[in-house]
Amino acid sequence: MTLLAVQTLNGLQLGILLFLIAAGLTLVFGVMDFINLAHGVQYMLGAYLAVAGYGLTGSFWLAMLLALAGSLIIGLILEVLVFRHLYDRSHLDQVLATFGVILFLNESVKVVWGSSPLTLPVPEILDGSIPISDGLLYPVFRIALIVSGLAVAALLYVLVSWTRVGMLVRAGATNAQMVSALGVNIRRLFMFVFGFGAMLAGFAGIMAAPILAVEPGMGDNLLILAFVVIVIGGIGSIRGAFMAALIVGLVDTIGRSLATDIARLLLPPAAANDAGPAVASMLIYILMAGVLFFRPSGLFPARAG
Amino acid sequence: MSVAATDKPAVATPIFRARVLPAIILAGFALLPPLAMALDDSFLVFFAIRVMIFAIAAVSLALILGFGAMVSFGHAAYIGLGAYCVGILAEHGIWEFYISLPVTLLVCGLFAAVTGAISLKTRGVYFIMITLAFGQMAFFTATSLSAYGGDDGLTIWGRTEVFGSSVLSDRTTFYYVVFALLAGAWWLCATLVNSRFGRVLQGARQSEMRLQAIGIEPYYYRLVAFVIAGMLAGISGALLANSAEFVSPAYMTWHRSGELIFMVVLGGLGSFAGAVLGATGYLVLEEVLSHITEHWRLIFGPFLILVVLFARGGLMGLIPGGKRHD
Repeated sequence: MTLLAVQTLNGLQLGILLFLIAAGLTLVFGVMDFINLAHGVQYMLGAYLAVAGYGLTGSFWLAMLLALAGSLIIGLILEVLVFRHLYDRSHLDQVLATFGVILFLNESVKVVWGSSPLTLPVPEILDGSIPISDGLLYPVFRIALIVSGLAVAALLYVLVSWTRVGMLVRAGATNAQMVSALGVNIRRLFMFVFGFGAMLAGFAGIMAAPILAVEPGMGDNLLILAFVVIVIGGIGSIRGAFMAALIVGLVDTIGRSLATDIARLLLPPAAANDAGPAVASMLIYILMAGVLFFRPSGLFPARAG
Repeated sequence: MSVAATDKPAVATPIFRARVLPAIILAGFALLPPLAMALDDSFLVFFAIRVMIFAIAAVSLALILGFGAMVSFGHAAYIGLGAYCVGILAEHGIWEFYISLPVTLLVCGLFAAVTGAISLKTRGVYFIMITLAFGQMAFFTATSLSAYGGDDGLTIWGRTEVFGSSVLSDRTTFYYVVFALLAGAWWLCATLVNSRFGRVLQGARQSEMRLQAIGIEPYYYRLVAFVIAGMLAGISGALLANSAEFVSPAYMTWHRSGELIFMVVLGGLGSFAGAVLGATGYLVLEEVLSHITEHWRLIFGPFLILVVLFARGGLMGLIPGGKRHD
């Protein structure tokens, strides 16, 4: 039972990380019809910048500020240099060009910081563990990650539902051309959304840095999971991304911890040890396939039809 | 296509692109081993084998990407599946091609049929992301196959046999087997595209609704093309396993899928000669750049972006025969 509780928390934590990445991705796609593979690299850069910032300042919080600013600046530079020229191109061109950005940035990180994994210490205030039930300790920082992710989700909800920019973002996700025709500076809106998405990815990277290995390519696998999330949630929908991120995080984590045990009930132990992890790694893709089979545009599609 | 043909009369010679260029390319590959022998450069043959293997995969991707507008971002999975079929069968002592080839085709065809049936219900970005996700599913499954090497991959102690004889171990024989399969795959895809089936496929790229209005449901045509492409890529994977005598999950990372798409785009969408040229161009570039610096992706990444931004039409765009219209 306690194992299940811990796994649920771990699943939530993965879900929150996925949400932070998927939110930017889905916003950018929803408003600009732009598919940005380089979003995962922006997450990686957030983590590296935090490590570098910590090396400079010795404080996690200053490092976070620096890394957020850095993520924003790099995001905007990429927007001006590359992405801006791709908005009216086909999705194929967007995929390929942003793939080029991934290759370049992954390699740059290797050149600057080397290919061995780096670590970022947990800030002192959030160090240590707290008991959640009898005999069960859980690290404070991981709880802080979950809470901060929920706070970001709430902030996004308020921004998107109650502010003027949020209204434009929603309108843009429904029909960007119409918004532009009504006299909104769509380029500026694009830049704003893009920079914001880059910061969210950077924030996810900063929060992941103390608990995961900071290494080149760390964003690549999470990017694919974030894709699964936004496909399940419905492209362009923040609410969908939130729900789907939690579902994917929980299914993946709990699936991995239980699959071998479940497989043992059905198969001989040796086969179960093999089949368990294999099935567990396929679970979320099967989930995605199932969702798409019944609802081809996801659970909460932003566009009608 | 038909619109493009009427609003601009073909000035140059389409026959060059359709007949002469493929003949030149194939003749080049056919004459390479004697040339390499004359130059005493055995690396050249080894390298050309690799080029032709990836050219088969690129041709298969060009079929669905260039003619069916299906941006499959999981095509490397089929290379990996094909390679694993050979590797796993060999691990169990089955070396005969008349078993491993049908198994490869069957496994890749089935995987393509199941994932394609689901993916093709979606369009655009959804399709890209879903094929990507299915590709990753195959990748992670391969990494968790601890009985067959897991992450580290699986060494194959030999090559596929033909009725008990190990003729494929001879480099020149293997070269011409790969060559014949490339020519066959190319011929098959070109024939398909020019058939009624191919016209439906290309028509669906233009307007699905018009096709449906005349009573054709493009879904099944797309699915068949998707399955054929998957099976051909599986053959290239089986060849890759034989050439390297090694299989690993690295064959099916999504980076590999991205590189395959780049090969097709570099060569020029909508042409199989382009796919072959693109595969050649990419592998030569990789070879040359990685000799210059270990961090060759620093150069390759921006190059890729520049190709996408400025070199529309790819290598085929440089060749006379009229520009393609989309």
